[in-house]
Amino acid sequence: MQPAIDIVAVPAPVRLFLRPLPLLPLRLMLERMVLGLIRRRPGLFARLDHHAEKTFLIDPLDLPFVFRLKPRQDRPTVEPLRRGEEGMFDARIAGPLGALMGMIHGAFDGDALFFSRDIVIEGDTEAVLALRNALDDGEIDLMEEAAAAFGPFRPAIEPFLKRATPIAERVTGLPLRRVDTMQF
Amino acid sequence: MDRLELVCPAGTPAALRAAVDAGADTIYCGFRDETNARNFPGLNFSREELAEGVRYAHNAGVKLLVAINTFPRAGEPEKWHAAVDDAAKYGADAVILADLGLLAYAAEKQSQLRRHLSVQAAAANADAINFYVDTFGVKRVVLPRVLTVQEIAAINRQIKCETEVFVFGGLCVMAEGRCALSAYATGRSPNMNGACSPASHVVYREEGSDLVSKLGPFTINRVKRGAPAPYPTLCKGCFSAGGYEGHVFEDPVSLDAATLLQEFAKAGVTALKIEGRQRSRSYIQTVVRSFREATEAQAKGLPIMANELKRLTEGQTTTAGAYAKTWR
Amino acid sequence: MTARASLTLGPVLFNWPADSWSDFYARIADEAEVDRVFLGEVVCSKRSPFYEDRILEAAERLQKAGKEVYLSSLVLVTLPRERKAMKELAEGAELPLEVNDLTMMRYLEAGKAFAVGPLVNVYNEGTLAWLAGRGARLVCLPPELPIGSVASLAAAGGKAGIDTEVWAFGRVPLAISGRCYHARIHGLSKDSCQFVCGEDADGLKVETMDGEDFLAVNGVQTMSFTHASVLGDLEALEAAGVTSFRLSPHDCDMVEVARLFRARLDGRLEAGAAMERLGALLPEARFSNGFLFADYGAEMVEKAERQVA
Repeated sequence: MQPAIDIVAVPAPVRLFLRPLPLLPLRLMLERMVLGLIRRRPGLFARLDHHAEKTFLIDPLDLPFVFRLKPRQDRPTVEPLRRGEEGMFDARIAGPLGALMGMIHGAFDGDALFFSRDIVIEGDTEAVLALRNALDDGEIDLMEEAAAAFGPFRPAIEPFLKRATPIAERVTGLPLRRVDTMQF
Repeated sequence: MDRLELVCPAGTPAALRAAVDAGADTIYCGFRDETNARNFPGLNFSREELAEGVRYAHNAGVKLLVAINTFPRAGEPEKWHAAVDDAAKYGADAVILADLGLLAYAAEKQSQLRRHLSVQAAAANADAINFYVDTFGVKRVVLPRVLTVQEIAAINRQIKCETEVFVFGGLCVMAEGRCALSAYATGRSPNMNGACSPASHVVYREEGSDLVSKLGPFTINRVKRGAPAPYPTLCKGCFSAGGYEGHVFEDPVSLDAATLLQEFAKAGVTALKIEGRQRSRSYIQTVVRSFREATEAQAKGLPIMANELKRLTEGQTTTAGAYAKTWR
Repeated sequence: MTARASLTLGPVLFNWPADSWSDFYARIADEAEVDRVFLGEVVCSKRSPFYEDRILEAAERLQKAGKEVYLSSLVLVTLPRERKAMKELAEGAELPLEVNDLTMMRYLEAGKAFAVGPLVNVYNEGTLAWLAGRGARLVCLPPELPIGSVASLAAAGGKAGIDTEVWAFGRVPLAISGRCYHARIHGLSKDSCQFVCGEDADGLKVETMDGEDFLAVNGVQTMSFTHASVLGDLEALEAAGVTSFRLSPHDCDMVEVARLFRARLDGRLEAGAAMERLGALLPEARFSNGFLFADYGAEMVEKAERQVA
């Protein structure tokens, strides 16, 4: 397991590159991913229980935008929003993108990130816990979800993703894939 | 010397698989309701998940225990009785119980199902333990975290069942199963609801350069920006009393007794328990792997190195707790 | 079971000077309208030597005054000398025991009558029935129980022919530890504590960092800051089947506290007037009945706001 102190921030050039990006295509892509995830892991909602009705603000502090997640079973939404336009939320989870991705991918422990204050939570603590536990049990791999989101184009895109991901991980320092065998 | 049995927590099926794969000898988990003492949002096992968990564990030669260690609510014991019955039905190797009435039920209705005494029963001496052994056929007792290694050794010389001791994770400073602090501030308690200082009653707020944590209406802590964040467990808060200001009850530290494994073995302990069903699969894997290595060393009589698990813990510091007498 | 609800005076939970302890029970014997009195050290075995030779004398005087006397056991039994003392207490006593830890079940002769203290986990009918079968005659329920659970248990207690008691007055014992907080606050170790807990006759107040009164420390025990009081709720509790009310001794006029409760139970005093007089007896205290009637223990709800179970 990588220590919490190894979390790296998204490099400044990447941030600059991301800033002007149009958010709608990102949203469509993310929502396709989440829909696919829900189809394949219906158990997520049993764990989320009534917290699936809540609104979560996922706030990667080193990105120029935040994500507003409404994990509704029928129609989930993930809206990328520019800072200052976050609107209402029940719970906010903030931290470097690397910490948030590492938590989703099982590289980092959520409580440890919280104790070390690499992540900060605000608002409905119980909802955050439910989401964290549901995602942890989901054994999610965002790259797999991304590949799946391309639907019929998956065979075309997957070899590229497979090659590009490790390189992107090295360049950015972000845990982009699920960690199955952790180094200790 | 025999290798000490490593009993590991699992709050989710993913954590269960992580623990089994990382070298656990035994897994303990609970049903997704208030029958167990880690009744946290998003955690624990449905009946189907438990059945699948038993299969996964047994395939790897690992045992699975079900903690049913809260105290059944008056007027509605059915949920707790069903938990005992279903643990037996789905092939659990033992149940971990705390309540007298529930022990009596299990001993009568599921007599073939092995019974362990939960730490929540707070059996802190040989006479209390022998009472449970003789009356309810308890085969193992999880010892309260108020005893020194010497006291544990003395207990083992006088009792007729196995002992299991906590080696790593969160640390209760109060005798467990006998604490209503959480209920005083939130109305929910470990004994009744399976949660201490529940997340539903926790609020964090930034006030100037302070991070303030509240439990119910009470301020439990106030830390400067940059200091390690405490989970607002009531007994680990900062308070003032008699001119003293700080952690009146306990510093926000976690238990780590890895370096005491040889002493536990000599004291006649059978099993080591890792706390943390509320933690992620990543934590489980790391901690279980580390302790598996430590028990391998213990079995070979090799010295056990201090581990590097501190940063995973609350307060990011660890203590040997009550096992060393100075703690008192 | 008696038709008239009874009053129990619980054991003194604090470290009082031996002379004060003796004077207290002399006055209780002579003046207090309580039906039974529990004597003995519950919290810390290190305190016992200061007054254990006075217990039998106090018991005799209380019995002569017509009160039922029980001897209380320790709440946390770990040391060899504590086990020995508890064994001797169970085997030697001519008086019935109050069991405060299930260790006592090992020593108690089968069928011998005993009382169960509030620090034993009696949360449900199964446990109550088991204890009744072993000879329990009175069970003081854990103070954290809500009124709904109290009613269920009191019904079961009634059927089993035993008295069901609730924590009616005094700081609520919330937790017990192997560690002494009084010593810790004074920078001492438990083994050389210098009995600093004796400086606080009602416990030492613990405040939050924002200056709110929160808890009280009594050696190895942690208590509520608030004084529990069900003086305004006795009708509801009697209707729920409660047959006994426990008053926990504090450094105040306990004879008058008992008188207020007795007058209320006998229908001679209105709730409002009684609570006002109790407040005057303890001007510094804040009262609570939240475990029974509200969302959390520290709260105080008036009858009008309360949802009766």
